[in-house]
Amino acid sequence: MSQALKDHKNRPVVVVTGIGIVSSLGEGCDDNWSALTSGQSGIRKITRFPTDGLRTQIAGLVQSNNSEHHLAPVHSLDMATRSATEALAQSGIGSKGNFPGPLFLAVPPSDLDWTARTNLNKEPAKTNLVGYHHMIEVAQIGKYPEYHPLYLFGNAGEVLAEKFGTRGLPVSLSTACATGATAIQLGVEAILRGDTDAALCIATDGSTTEEMVVRFSLLSALTTQNEIPEKASKPFSKNRDGFVMAEGSATLVLETYESAKARGAEILGIVRGRGERADNFHRTRSKPDGSAIIGAINNALNDAGVEPEQIDYINAHGTSTSENDKMEHFSLNAAFGQCLQEIPISSNKSMIGHTLIAAGAIEAAFSMMTIQTGIIPPTINWEIPDPDISLDVVPNVKREKTVRTILSNSFGFGGQNVCLVFSGEPS
Amino acid sequence: MTMESVPDEVWVTGIGLVSSIGEGTEAHWQHLNTGKPPIVNVDEETLAPFAIHPQVEIDLGTQIPKRGDQRQMGSWQRLGTYAAGLALTDADLAHKPEFLSEMNLVVAAGAGRRDEAVDTEILEGYENADNPAAFLNESLSNELRPTLFLAQLTNLLAGNISIVHGVTGTSRTVMGEEIGGITALQTATRQIQGGQGNLFLVGGAYFSERLDMILTLEMNDAIWKHPYAPVWARDEGAGGTILGAAGAFLVLESRQHAEARGAKPYARINSILGDRCPRNVGESTAIAKTQFEELRKNIPAGPLAILTGASGIQPATNEERLFLEALIEEGFEPAYRAYGSIFGQSVEAHFPVGVALAAMALSKGKFYQPFDTSGYEKTYTGDSRQILLNCWGGWRGEGMALIDTPSNTNLRGAQ
Repeated sequence: MSQALKDHKNRPVVVVTGIGIVSSLGEGCDDNWSALTSGQSGIRKITRFPTDGLRTQIAGLVQSNNSEHHLAPVHSLDMATRSATEALAQSGIGSKGNFPGPLFLAVPPSDLDWTARTNLNKEPAKTNLVGYHHMIEVAQIGKYPEYHPLYLFGNAGEVLAEKFGTRGLPVSLSTACATGATAIQLGVEAILRGDTDAALCIATDGSTTEEMVVRFSLLSALTTQNEIPEKASKPFSKNRDGFVMAEGSATLVLETYESAKARGAEILGIVRGRGERADNFHRTRSKPDGSAIIGAINNALNDAGVEPEQIDYINAHGTSTSENDKMEHFSLNAAFGQCLQEIPISSNKSMIGHTLIAAGAIEAAFSMMTIQTGIIPPTINWEIPDPDISLDVVPNVKREKTVRTILSNSFGFGGQNVCLVFSGEPS
Repeated sequence: MTMESVPDEVWVTGIGLVSSIGEGTEAHWQHLNTGKPPIVNVDEETLAPFAIHPQVEIDLGTQIPKRGDQRQMGSWQRLGTYAAGLALTDADLAHKPEFLSEMNLVVAAGAGRRDEAVDTEILEGYENADNPAAFLNESLSNELRPTLFLAQLTNLLAGNISIVHGVTGTSRTVMGEEIGGITALQTATRQIQGGQGNLFLVGGAYFSERLDMILTLEMNDAIWKHPYAPVWARDEGAGGTILGAAGAFLVLESRQHAEARGAKPYARINSILGDRCPRNVGESTAIAKTQFEELRKNIPAGPLAILTGASGIQPATNEERLFLEALIEEGFEPAYRAYGSIFGQSVEAHFPVGVALAAMALSKGKFYQPFDTSGYEKTYTGDSRQILLNCWGGWRGEGMALIDTPSNTNLRGAQ
């Protein structure tokens, strides 16, 4: 076997041969990339549901296919299907409905939508019970059969596994805002240990509902700068005040370099390393010394076998919350030292918002396109720099640069810290 | 380093189990081995007309010392964090940061119980509100407690385990009802077998006193709606499951890692297999046959001890029983125990409960007596060196595991 097919630890090199993207910027890789690199924002005033009384009234939504009877899990599944279809077509792996490997799925937990709850509640039942007892009676009559099995957490994986013909049990993941990256991690690990030659990694989030807006608002996580939606997400700026909820999906087809080469597939990039470190400081905040994030970064660089100087670009988690951007900068500084000043870093979330469960995978897909095109998407809305954050954030306008190796960060509530390193095809 | 080790055997070196019948391995073992079918703890009042197996009372402070931590959690997170602490204590790893800081966490989780009173209040007001949508937004903003989000959030069982017990290697949470439990254990097992880690804490927790889950399952007529009956007796109509509280965590460790620190195993996880199908008649059986073919090279003919996670939901439960009975034609004498009859269906924790029961029995060198009086569950006469665990999810997912005993080592007795 040629040396290039193994990595520095003599493991099979894992490549990406297909990507698919759906976001508030559009459908498909091409539309997304042209909007992202021209600095467009997908953030708008929410019109899907009335926002009366909500502190935050903007989001980066993806048009729902069924706006009359919108249900979040249907929307998440629909976007997942679309991004996966695009990625599989590009990859050309397997055949229709027959993917030669397992599914790793990043998907939101699915509580009953309020649409469903109020629909169930208004139906008559045989007794005068109220609340859940009433809704259970209505469900037993079989009034809304379409609600089953939407609200089982295994449903999305079941539907996608059946449609795309993946092998074994789908692995449905939930690591908060790191989930998209976790799905890629698990896919890579399955390949590295020889369980499979290919893995389908799908991440999706269509869970922007009134209740989710309220829930994140109650944690003071969202921006309230509703006036000009396009300007609200401003990672690394002094006047940032929270993230913007957003929807989207991305799929990455992973396979061994060897199998991709053998079938003549185009190599979009390689997943060169992954690093993780759980934080035990607080449910929503990082250790003040940044040690968990720093540990995740260092683990990723070590796993990839690259020195900090070899990172050409950092795709930031960059949520636009006070806490995240401060800690991300602090931790990168500690991990990279002086050379950080030479490395451009930008946040896709300045344009597409925070796609939560899907973010890590969407940002991985955009990272592949950066490697392919030599274009770094900007951090838009960077007008008032935060004097405490000294980073080259690629402000407002894209930059052309040959990019061989990228670090992509994903951090989530519950102490989730995942870092991935991507590179171009080995020469 | 967290992610690298050598390919190795997977040992179960710690068990933390809390259910409707007790707390800890020894209490469970005693309860399940009285010489008669075990007594069942059923609550037919709290969620009437639905029966549940309620969680036994636990002294939270012994595993979650800070009141502030307890208050930040939902019932299911407290149950799981408590069970995780029991497992760490049992494995002699609690309060040992030199191990815990590199320990990997794989948790199977759903979401926590909603605030059913708030939901009901909002539903009551919604119909007659002048502007229902505005009423909903206002009510949610005013009534939802900020801590509720985190108390329900899927990956916050893992987050709380990290905070309370200091487990800070990798942290993965998997979902999918029973499938979540199967894939959690499968992932950790494969990582150890593949040299991607040598110390894991794996499990899940389900708290049964919640109507929101009964609503979700009743949309598919999946709940047993009669007085308690053991699993095999629920063959009327669509049958049905009885939800049961359980927190089940296991410390999984590579043999090398365990031996280096002098830890004795309960058992070894030989293999965990999982697959799925749309559940047309016979499809689950076809999967199980394929799985069994893969495992049988390690299973001698003759008496075969089997734990099954059968839910009571039909037709799957009868189909599974027929599959198990048909192993007779392959030269085996299957003696199966449906642990759902005692524990109920513990959703994400269901498969981890099965692995815990298998490991306990193997360490005792004795299999369980029948869990009911149906007559289907035959007395077991063989030795207890391996147990087959079969677990078909209530809706989807077919898991099968072979749990056995490692050679050339002494097993620990359940403590």
